Order: sequence, then structure tokens, then C-alpha cells
Amino acid sequence: MKNIFFSLVALLIISSCQEKQMQQQPEEQQNLSSQSIFNINSTWETATGEKIKLADLQGDVLAVTMVYTSCKVSCPRLAFDMKELEKQVEKEKRGNVKYVFISIDPENDTPEKMQNFLRSYKLNGDQWIFLRSNEDNTRELANVLTVRYKELSPMELSHSNIISVFSKNGVLAYQKEGLSTDLNETAKAIEKQL
Amino acid sequence: MRVIYIALLSLILFSCKESPEQKTVESQPVKDTVAANKETSNFQPKDIVPITSNKKMVKIEAGEYHPFIGGDSDSVVAIKSFYMDETPVTNAEYLDFLRANPEWTKSNILRIYADSTYLQNWISDFVLPADASPDAPVTNVSWFAAKAYAQSVGKRLPTVDEWEYVGRASESVRDASDDPEYTKNVLDLYQHQRGKYKEPVKQGNPNYWGVYDMFGKIWEWTIDFNSVMLSGGDSQGRNSVNAGLYCGGAALTATDLRDYASFLRFAMRGSLKADYTVNNVGFRCVKNIN
Repeated sequence: MKNIFFSLVALLIISSCQEKQMQQQPEEQQNLSSQSIFNINSTWETATGEKIKLADLQGDVLAVTMVYTSCKVSCPRLAFDMKELEKQVEKEKRGNVKYVFISIDPENDTPEKMQNFLRSYKLNGDQWIFLRSNEDNTRELANVLTVRYKELSPMELSHSNIISVFSKNGVLAYQKEGLSTDLNETAKAIEKQL
Repeated sequence: MRVIYIALLSLILFSCKESPEQKTVESQPVKDTVAANKETSNFQPKDIVPITSNKKMVKIEAGEYHPFIGGDSDSVVAIKSFYMDETPVTNAEYLDFLRANPEWTKSNILRIYADSTYLQNWISDFVLPADASPDAPVTNVSWFAAKAYAQSVGKRLPTVDEWEYVGRASESVRDASDDPEYTKNVLDLYQHQRGKYKEPVKQGNPNYWGVYDMFGKIWEWTIDFNSVMLSGGDSQGRNSVNAGLYCGGAALTATDLRDYASFLRFAMRGSLKADYTVNNVGFRCVKNIN
């Protein structure tokens, strides 16, 4: 009974929201939810083995980058960049930001390896997230993030180094490309979304 | 002769699309009240609804080929056998997909999945373009849309390698890439491609495999269209990816022009982003053999 009640309420909420969205359709370009990555329906596995949808990350500002755990060249620097980024965000605001690594080598990057990766860079706490999915979903998300990657050999991938900042509603707000560049602008972009 | 090729290349590149402004460097502040936190989440991502398709597929036998760019120049890529759609996906076939998946119509499509010219010549959500045949290839579709269509019919997009492997076949030979006549023919088709996307598929002869319209009507999406331009090692980002494109161009002049047609395709693919929709870019699907 309770279940039915809840699903009814959920349905109501969903349909009423949908109406709202419909009304927003005319001003197409400003329809922010249409640009949200939370529309993406793929399932992702976290470093703790939990299965989530991207929409589960809703409510926090996201800094997202794509890496793989066996990477020796740019990923360690990207990890340090993300860590540095957190330091540059004003202390009292840090609670509402999540830092997300997405694996571009999902077959190899088991939850255990993802966990080791986070641990080895001392990225401790709930704000640090590592996700993997299947190849198809990874390629789709990479294309949303405009990240290009290619397998050079079974153990080596070439990829772009981009940190993307998303609003609490999953809309791309800022992108920074390159390694170990000034992170101040990225930090500001995050603060702006808080 | 070279001048013609260069002119042709610039024509093709420029006709594709003006690059939109660098994407959302600063977006509007989020003003709406929709789903500000997890408890009131209203986002219900939708699954692709499967549809049935009776499109004819042909079997492509396993083999190997030397890719034009990517990896080591001497590398040989092994291709497993697979099924490929006989022709590009047509307007009429795409309409079937839209009927089952109305979130992908031009008025409903999510902006992350396609830019503003998605299906721009369609009269409305379920009405085909007036000036194009229902049996013409569907164009102005993004990579995301092509991928969604493929999923709905239980297929997938080909890899660049698979597409190029099939593209090397002439009408009579499975690999005609050494035949100057074949290359000339492909380049001729490219030169006269303008506007051909509005015409029905399957008007010409099939190639060795029984596949139609690989050249001369449209360019086609591949699943990994944007991954081929990276040179070795970790890239510093998209700029160097693009630089890789021009390096490819420079390398080309140092060798011969035999692969010029391939170069054009790689250049075209390299100029695309997954949400771009272009009036002469469509797709066809493939399927694994189980």
C-alpha cells in the first residue's frame, strides 16, 4: 500500500515536472535541463562497487576528468591537479563539490584498482569519486565531455586532459584543458556554481 | 593536380560546418528550481525503445588492412567478420525510430545530444523533409542520435577500421586501394557529392561485399570517429589533436596521393564533434556475428 502511494506521488511529481519542462521548450537554447548530463541513462560502478546513475550525483557541483589507473604519464598529474583544485576552492564551500574521475579503461579498472588510485594520491573522503562503466557508455560520456581517447596498445591509452566543471544540475559550466596549468580559473568556476 | 586536391579538401572541410563558438565557457547561472537536490530529483533518463528493422545486411569477411593514419604507419589492423547494413539508414527508417522514441524528435531532443540543426529539414517531428526522398539517407543527425538508432535496432555503429576496410572494396575486388582507377573514381564521387544526400540510396552498383553508397552521397558516422587523430603518448588536449590532423596532411604530401580519399574522410571525421549535425553526414549500422 505504502509502495503504491509512493509511486503515485512519484508519478505525480514526475509528470508535473515534465509539464514544466515542456513549457520551457520554446526558449530552446536556455533550456538548461536539456543540456544536463543527468539525462544520460548509463549505469556506473564506484570504487566501492556501488552501482549509480550520473543523476545520483545531482546537487553537488562536479569537477570531472577522465583517466585510467595504469596510466603513468598524464593521469598522475591530472590527479594532482584535481587535488590542487580542491585546495583552491574556498574552504567553507568545499562540502558541496565532488571530484569525479571517469575510467577510460573500464575493463581493467576494477573497483579495487580505482580505490588504490584514490588512496595512492591521498584523495580521501566522500568528495572523491571514481567511476567506470562499459566501453559504450564511456565513449558516450567522453563525447559529452569532448574528451578524445584511443587505445595505443593494451596497456597504453592516449587521451585529452580536460577538467570539466558541471553545475548542480549537471550543465557544463567550464572546461580547462592541459596539465598543471593555473587552476585558479577552474576553482573560481566551481565557486560560481555553489 | 595537387592544387585541385587541396581545393577539394578545403571545399569539403568548409562545406561541412562552421565551427560553433567554443563551447559554453561560462554558462548562465542555473535559475530554475528543478531538482535542486537529490530528494526532488525529476530526471528520469529514458531507455531506448527497441524497434524491428528488416533492413538487409551483408556479411563482411574477416581480413586485415593498413590504416591510413593512427597507430604506427606500418601497423596492420585485423578485422573480424561482421554484418553491415547494405545502405545508409534512410529518412523513412529513421522515422520509425522516432515514432518509438519521441524523445529523439527535433523538438524533444536533448541539447547535450544534438546541436540546433538536428533534422533541420524535417517539416515537423514526424514529417520528412519535402525536398528529400524518404529513401534518401537520413542526415543532420548527431553521433549520439546515430548511436541511439543503432541501439534501437539491436546493432551498433561501425568502427573507423571496419568502415575503411569495407570502403577499400571496388565493385569487383575486396581491396582495390592499390588501383589508381578506384581512387580516382572515389575522388570523382566526392567532388560531385553536393546535394546528393537528398537522393534515394541504392541507385548505383554495390561494391564487392554487396554494400551500396559508401561514397558520393554522404559522410558516415563511426563509433570512434574522433579517436584516430591522436599521435602517440598522452595528448595535451584537443589542440594537439587538431595539429595531428595537419601533420597527417604534411606526411601525405611526402608520400603519394593514393590514400588521398582516405585522408579526406579522416579530415572530415576529425572536424566533427559528437553533437554536430551536418546536412551531408549520416550513418549505417553493423552487427557482430555470433
